[in-house]
Amino acid sequence: MADVVVRKIVTQIDETFHEGGPAASRPPKRGVILAVIANPFAGGYADDIAGFMDDLKPLGLDMAGRLLEALGGDPALIEGYGKGAIVGEAGEIEHAALWHVPGGYAMRELLGGTKAIVPSAKKVGGLGARLDVPVTHVNASYVRSHFDAIEVGVADAPRASEIVLALAMTTGPRVHARVGGLAAADIKGEDGLR
Amino acid sequence: MKARIRRITTVVEETRIEGGRPVLPPTRRAAAIAVIANPFAGTYVEDLSELIAVGEELGGLLTEKAVAALGIPGDRVESFGKAAAVGGEGELEHAAAILHPKLGAPFRAVLGGGAALIPSSKKRGGPGVALDIPLGHKDAAKVRSHFDGMEVRLPDAPRADEIMVAIAVTDSGRPHPRVGGLTKEDVVGEDGLS
Repeated sequence: MADVVVRKIVTQIDETFHEGGPAASRPPKRGVILAVIANPFAGGYADDIAGFMDDLKPLGLDMAGRLLEALGGDPALIEGYGKGAIVGEAGEIEHAALWHVPGGYAMRELLGGTKAIVPSAKKVGGLGARLDVPVTHVNASYVRSHFDAIEVGVADAPRASEIVLALAMTTGPRVHARVGGLAAADIKGEDGLR
Repeated sequence: MKARIRRITTVVEETRIEGGRPVLPPTRRAAAIAVIANPFAGTYVEDLSELIAVGEELGGLLTEKAVAALGIPGDRVESFGKAAAVGGEGELEHAAAILHPKLGAPFRAVLGGGAALIPSSKKRGGPGVALDIPLGHKDAAKVRSHFDGMEVRLPDAPRADEIMVAIAVTDSGRPHPRVGGLTKEDVVGEDGLS
């Protein structure tokens, strides 16, 4: 067991009214929440790190709850999600992978058992590093209108011994989605893919 | 609506640890950013009154968004600031037209006061440019604990013919202030300075 020490929480909500085309009748919202935490494994190679995933579960649920609240509070409104992590330079990319389970399952639990895998991105970077968090539909990964990404970053993080953890949720498709493919209305919803 | 708004983003930052020590209660600050069309991009016009009206509109709208995101009553806001970035085909004077003549009154109306000058910054830049919003105490500009700045950026703004307009509000000054000067407890609050 390692303590989860949170230095900073950042919540960001976007409303997109148009992207050069007709104004959206219901402007899609895109939200992210970032937690800057201490990396307990910074500065050396540790073989046994997997236990930290359990330690991160309460933070994951707290972040998912705060993000949902900032987007209006109704799980039924959430149509897309994603996650990511930026590890400071005294850590390794494997430390970012610790976020898959606690980050992904927190959102799936909170949203009522969504079917699709939560897409993710990770990197090692310095203060102010930017990460493009991929976003896909919560119940069917192949829904083309919901393929998206949200760039995130914190000006003063991650310091060398920190990790920035990210969760993302959206309330709709790209604002002017029009390149065909599987539509949200045609989801079968069995395998999380279509 | 006078402004043609493409996007509105709100960001809330909560700092729980600074200098390795807990910040109790955490310092919190919020920014609201609008990306709008610049009606004068690529041309020189003498009369900027259209943008002055946009500033008046955004002063109320963005402050309401930021205060709501912070989740406190307007009169509990302690410091404030404003900033704008014009895209490549705009003039710095376009930012000035939005920020200076009429944005402040509706900003202060949401806060129920604010005798101090609202500190500001402006620049020209491309998509992803970092905007540092200066912060100062809302009733007395000389309160040293509340001199601060908040960096905001959007990966896709401002485009050449856009303007990014931001305001920021806080519920606190810097974490662990200890460089002396006027404190918020000693504010007279009449002249906006002390």
